[in-house]
Amino acid sequence: MDKKDYKNVFVFAEQREGVIQSVALELLGKARDLADALGEKVVAMLLGEGIKDQAQMLIEFGADEVIVVDAPELKDFLSEQYSQAVGQIIIDRKPSIVLYGATTIGRDLAPRIASRLKTGLTADCTKLDIEPDKDGEPEFRMTRPAFGGNLMATIICPNNRPQMSTVRPGVMQKIQRQPGREGIVTEFAPKFDASKFKVKLVKTIKADKQVADIAEAKILVSGGRGVHDKEGFDKLQALADVLGGQVASSRAMVDNGVMPHEVQVGQTGKTVRPNLYMACGISGAIQHLAGMEESDYIIAINKDKFAPIFSVADLGIVGDLHKIVPMLTERIKKELEG
Amino acid sequence: MNIIVCVKQVPDTTVVKIDPVKGTLIREGVPSIMNPDDKGGLELALRLKDQFGAHVTVISMGPPQADVMLREALAMGADRAILLSDRKFAGADTLATSYALSGLCRVLDYDLIIAGRQAIDGDTAQVGPELAEHLDLPQITYVADAKLLENGNLQVDKENEDGVQVLEVEGKCLLTVLASAFDARYMSVSGIMEAYDKEVEVWSADKIDVEEGKLGLAGSPTKVFKSFPKAMKAPGEVHEVTPEEAVELIVNQLKVKHII
Repeated sequence: MDKKDYKNVFVFAEQREGVIQSVALELLGKARDLADALGEKVVAMLLGEGIKDQAQMLIEFGADEVIVVDAPELKDFLSEQYSQAVGQIIIDRKPSIVLYGATTIGRDLAPRIASRLKTGLTADCTKLDIEPDKDGEPEFRMTRPAFGGNLMATIICPNNRPQMSTVRPGVMQKIQRQPGREGIVTEFAPKFDASKFKVKLVKTIKADKQVADIAEAKILVSGGRGVHDKEGFDKLQALADVLGGQVASSRAMVDNGVMPHEVQVGQTGKTVRPNLYMACGISGAIQHLAGMEESDYIIAINKDKFAPIFSVADLGIVGDLHKIVPMLTERIKKELEG
Repeated sequence: MNIIVCVKQVPDTTVVKIDPVKGTLIREGVPSIMNPDDKGGLELALRLKDQFGAHVTVISMGPPQADVMLREALAMGADRAILLSDRKFAGADTLATSYALSGLCRVLDYDLIIAGRQAIDGDTAQVGPELAEHLDLPQITYVADAKLLENGNLQVDKENEDGVQVLEVEGKCLLTVLASAFDARYMSVSGIMEAYDKEVEVWSADKIDVEEGKLGLAGSPTKVFKSFPKAMKAPGEVHEVTPEEAVELIVNQLKVKHII
């Protein structure tokens, strides 16, 4: 294998039911940086059925080219169907880098591809850079948390191509959309081997989505053990309502059944970076911090002045959230009524 | 039905601490446990065994000390335990690890392979799918439930961000399992007694079907360039004040930040 044959930064543009996922646009933003540093192009892979008209959006968010695979086999995500299509694109087009969202789809597909192409894959990266190696050649460095977020590791893939990584939603930033930006749309027709399609979709059961996705929220009022119970979370909800935000939770309050898993922030929950993160009664285990420390502004309220949450808070209040939160809610209401 | 369950011994990362001076992991006093998702996988295998009858083989790759974890698996109800332990496996990344495990699976009889979704020390979720590909098996990840149908196929619930996909798979396959979906049973007293009559087989690389050059560090496309403790951002102000003063402080900052 000659590494010089491998060029361009590819992004797997994840869609669900025809809707391009936010993580795909975030990856395009990062791919843009990487490709500019390498003097290469950004290429999005868009797979599905009847999705071709979405290609322009990917161009407006930074793709120079979109490879569209429009096939009935790809209507729903199924590992083998998608692996065949993506694997064939990569073999045909030889990218230097491929990025996937660290979602249930990306984390199913990417390792399958890595094993098929016998190349390296780095999971859940939080930082991707191009830096000169010891010979001055550009090197792709992938940084990720290890040991439950206790340590960071920078991984390289020096001799195999493509270099691949998955990135959690909410970690990278999309670029400002550029309406009318021009790019190429290429159609790709994979040769499917249907004899390997052993898994059939029987049905899809959608979870009751009363809660909006906390990863998309601009303001989060998040609660931990100190909130105690459902009634405590009602106080947080009232504050979130006046701020136009949403309620999130630490792992402790999900494990004890008070809050649903969809609103859990942290290593085993979601990564969030809202404009405001209010941590109420959250001590701040490293696994929690890993999911929220990139928030723009962090306010922490906790009774324990030694709580680790204060180490990442921009404003820390040592006090009783059960008193402060309702008073704060009333006060903000008044401010907003003017 | 022959079931292989892949398990890994991991440090309990919820109690791992960092030496603040040296910036290295303090491993002393950190207990080693069976990786939670893998334990969930073993529980699924044992439930299938309870319902339909099965022979459950647990396999692991790691140092000789991992023997303790495999004894726990035997005491929970597994029938056979094999530990792949050889210096030739050292330094393996996920591709080389999954390749070694595939070499072991190839010399065993199996109808189903179950792995945990991910290990709590690496959190990669890669070994399962990579192993499936090495063995040319279909895979289903994020498994929350699985049952055997009358036609011999497996019906599997796969969790995703939007809900659940119900899938049916024909023939051999590999599942990766979520710990949260399978409350693992405890070891039974009789299980513990029996476990000590069973042997944990320790296998070296020459007993499995692999090319040696693809093992360990040499077979690993990824390398660790460096590792370092996480940089903490400079902490902001912490105030011990009355609730009234706290509200004042917060409201002022929300105004400065144009949030209200």
